[in-house]
Amino acid sequence: MSIESILLHKKKLFLQTWLELLLSGYPPETVRLLKKETNQFANPVGHAFSSAMDQVCAEFLQDNDPQKMAPLLDRILRIRAIQEFSPSQSLAFIFSLKRVVRELLKDETAGGQVGGSELAEFESKVDELGLLAFDVYMRCREDLFEVRIKEIKNRTNRLLHRAQIIAEIPERKAEEE
Amino acid sequence: MGIRFSLAAVVALVLAVFLGIKAAGLTYFFGVCVPYAAILAFVGGVVYKVLKWRRSPVPFRIATTAGQQKSLPWIKQDRLENPVTKKEVVGRMLLEVFLFRSLFRNTKFQMDQGPKLYYQWEKWLWLAGLLFHYAFFIILVRHLRFFTNSLPFFVEPLERLDGFLQVGLPGVYITDALFIVAVTYLFIRRIVIPQMRYMSLPADYFPLLLLLTIGVTGIMTRYFTKVDLLKVKQLAMSLVTFNPIVPEGIGVIFFIHLFLVSILLAYFPFSKLMHAGGVFLSPTRNQPNDSRIVRHINPWNYPVKVHTYAEYEDHFREKMVEAGLPVEKELPAEATTPQAGKE
Amino acid sequence: MAKVPKPNELVIDHRLPGTGWMDTPVVFRPGNFSYPGKAKNLQAVGLPNPREWSPTDEDWKLPPNWKQIILEGLRERLDKYRSLRLFMDICVRCGACADKCHFYLGSGDPKNMPVLRAELLRSVYRKDFTLAGKIMGKMAGARKLTEDVIKEWFMYFFQCTECRRCSLFCPYGIDTAEITIIGRELLNLIGCNIDWVVGPVANCYNNGNHLGIQPHAFKDMIEFFVDEIEAVNGIRVEPTFNRKGAEILFVTPSGDVFADPGTYTLMGYLMLFHEIGLDYTWSTYASEGGNFGLFTSHEMMKRLNAKMYAEAKRLGVKYIIGGECGHMWRVINQYMDTMNGPADFLEVPVSPITGTRFDNAQSTKMIHIVEFTADLIKNGKLKLDPSRNDNLIMTYHDSCNTSRGMGFLEEPRYVLKNVVNNFYEMPPNTIREQTFCCGSGSGLNNDEFMEMRMRGGLPRANAVQYVHDKHGVNAMSCICAIDRAVLTASMNYWVPDVTIYGIHELVGNALVMEGEQERTTDLRGEPLPGMEDAENEDI
Repeated sequence: MSIESILLHKKKLFLQTWLELLLSGYPPETVRLLKKETNQFANPVGHAFSSAMDQVCAEFLQDNDPQKMAPLLDRILRIRAIQEFSPSQSLAFIFSLKRVVRELLKDETAGGQVGGSELAEFESKVDELGLLAFDVYMRCREDLFEVRIKEIKNRTNRLLHRAQIIAEIPERKAEEE
Repeated sequence: MGIRFSLAAVVALVLAVFLGIKAAGLTYFFGVCVPYAAILAFVGGVVYKVLKWRRSPVPFRIATTAGQQKSLPWIKQDRLENPVTKKEVVGRMLLEVFLFRSLFRNTKFQMDQGPKLYYQWEKWLWLAGLLFHYAFFIILVRHLRFFTNSLPFFVEPLERLDGFLQVGLPGVYITDALFIVAVTYLFIRRIVIPQMRYMSLPADYFPLLLLLTIGVTGIMTRYFTKVDLLKVKQLAMSLVTFNPIVPEGIGVIFFIHLFLVSILLAYFPFSKLMHAGGVFLSPTRNQPNDSRIVRHINPWNYPVKVHTYAEYEDHFREKMVEAGLPVEKELPAEATTPQAGKE
Repeated sequence: MAKVPKPNELVIDHRLPGTGWMDTPVVFRPGNFSYPGKAKNLQAVGLPNPREWSPTDEDWKLPPNWKQIILEGLRERLDKYRSLRLFMDICVRCGACADKCHFYLGSGDPKNMPVLRAELLRSVYRKDFTLAGKIMGKMAGARKLTEDVIKEWFMYFFQCTECRRCSLFCPYGIDTAEITIIGRELLNLIGCNIDWVVGPVANCYNNGNHLGIQPHAFKDMIEFFVDEIEAVNGIRVEPTFNRKGAEILFVTPSGDVFADPGTYTLMGYLMLFHEIGLDYTWSTYASEGGNFGLFTSHEMMKRLNAKMYAEAKRLGVKYIIGGECGHMWRVINQYMDTMNGPADFLEVPVSPITGTRFDNAQSTKMIHIVEFTADLIKNGKLKLDPSRNDNLIMTYHDSCNTSRGMGFLEEPRYVLKNVVNNFYEMPPNTIREQTFCCGSGSGLNNDEFMEMRMRGGLPRANAVQYVHDKHGVNAMSCICAIDRAVLTASMNYWVPDVTIYGIHELVGNALVMEGEQERTTDLRGEPLPGMEDAENEDI
């Protein structure tokens, strides 16, 4: 059996442990809220995390298609990117996946069902996920800076125009008068 | 730490009265002096607190509106959630006081996969709060039996209703059970939910533990140690008629019960328990949202420094004239700039 | 910025924090605070302790007797505001408010739970104003006022948008906005405030509006929109300024004059007033509807608000119409008449077009443009073609202040439904009186605070995402100038396909004006539905 299928078998436990890792950076008072509350509107962060992680797990253990994975990671990382975490803290939950898996597969590795090469292969898959996550995370941060710039522009755009600080090539000649 | 402190406080109180009765025989002190002092503290404290609150004026109409305002005649106003008249405000307050309307709002709307909608039952706090307050109230009314010679007409039917289960002898009152369950829930909730634990103070645990102990000792006197009710009534009546006598042979459990009730009474006005009185004075709930219709008066309204139009025009007159804006005072003739109108 | 974490810092720690909230000091990091008020701005309006400082400094350069100032200030306010006195005493910490705050939901920081935000002030109150706190100290929930407490206040009173959502769920009506307002007032006594509030205050006081736009430039800007409207439909509207004898004074937040997309809303006002032939005037003196005084102190709110009535009196108008704005309407509805009234020189507003008497504003004599327009539509006075907005699948965001400080819920919806054909509501616990804040209200809409704003904006964005996914919603309307600016930012980050509109921009689009040329674009210059090919033809 491949590692993926073993994990699929234990998906509930796998997901739960992984989610716990994701949430562990928050104060305990908040972890409770994020875990318990599945209401999409009363608790957007908790809901986004649990539902997106579920899909990330499924995708990762099955097709693992980067095209499909990126938007799933985006749902989690878009939130992490604006919270009080450093970039490394934001992405740590992906790399700690290795530890989770070693822990979950303790029996199987001891029993010889899972070999060292399989484990190494799986771990490089985790690294790939990490790199993808890095791209997604950076995209979010770039978006944030873009939003900031756009807002500053919006705020005074009209004034600059009016003060004729900004010159613009007219698209068509005005015919009036 | 808060829990331990509160627990220790309650245990110390129980021990104090236990030793006081058992070892020192201070029945008069605990049966007469303490209750009188407590009542005094309660009445005095509540009056003091309410007067103190009332001394601070309400400078602005800051009702929290929870529904459609009164506006154009064809738009339906939500009279209870956004009251304009006194009557509507009374309605809103009644809902708030008797049904805990705001707490009831705590519903959560759930829409998971698919178009099916449903509401999540998120009202345990509301339910426990409501049960606790009503059970407490009915228990208080039942206690009137001890303080009056002729029972008020409503007490007996209430007791019958309360004891309709007819279990055991003496019959079990439902409110006793509800009271204990509700208080326990409110207490456990504070300990188990990390957010609640984080925000809770000793002043939150202490009254709950006190109430729980009062409930338990009350139940013990009634169902287990079977205190002599006639003697208790004798004591109660003697207190009410200001002719205090402590009959012999009332068990120590009763004294614990009485003492803790006294502590509760004395503690009440100086603690968060005053929310009972405060809710009636809450400016966001007891004011109509009519501040565009009637002018609300602020008793301490004072004049402030403003930037007047005259100052403004003095500052900008030249530019205003140049831009063709009307001014109150024209520019002196020589100051007018020749190239007005062009940028 | 952030130091490099050691590997073991990334390892997960499941222990509870060793310290309770009282002993956990705040850490200021870029992104979680707003820049402090500049000395020149404080001086311009006579606020105390002007100086150069930063929240990240160890020494905040407080006045030597700052403690006495704060305690005296608190005592004075306890005697002046029953709300404060009561809210200090009656909270039972039931926790009903905890998960109602958008900042708590988005950041997960427990001190953003409304109950704890208030406890920051209560703990000091208990220590110095209650017997139990004096004797029992910490056991009674009391703590000493220290500089760390001030820093904590600064952090969390400027991380509250005064949206009052928590107040709605409080069984005693405890209003965190009231606590925050007074908390900020106290901080202002020792010169701790943010420049995004003090700057606009200083500008508004001296120059008439938040950006400090001078009178000639203000007029010029509006005339610029006159040209833009003419380019859309060939109609030349003719606004007037500071005109004595006009029937109505119109005041709107200056954001509508300078900031996109509020500017399009302003074009909508101009078109509507022109079409119905309203006898109204703009004022350059009272050219700001918004009032950042509300985010400074009650006194500052009064000082800035005074201009509206003063100008109405000077110009001799009959009444005032106010534009689409959130906190401006909280001030007008709940404070203006009390502070600066009575407006006995004005008349009860009567719509000159429909004859409707606005008895609900009979004392304040100021009506909301949306109620004015709703009345016009109800009486069939406007010719509207909602199909011009058919490219928009619309939802509506209730602004906190108009919802929970006024109850202005149906009027905007009525107007909206008459000017757009596709409209979907967001889920019920995120709209109307339960609406989620945009995340940037009460003077927090600055760019250095962007990360925190995105956290606060998440609950709202999340509800938008839902209707976006479900109904294909691509536009959201609102009646608040701050919303128009900041929801644009929030949507750009969270739900990039959704664009923000003011209601009167949509009215302007749908309004069929007499003698107008066929329109090919909307007010933003985007092709109208069905006109995508006509874009390059001559008007």
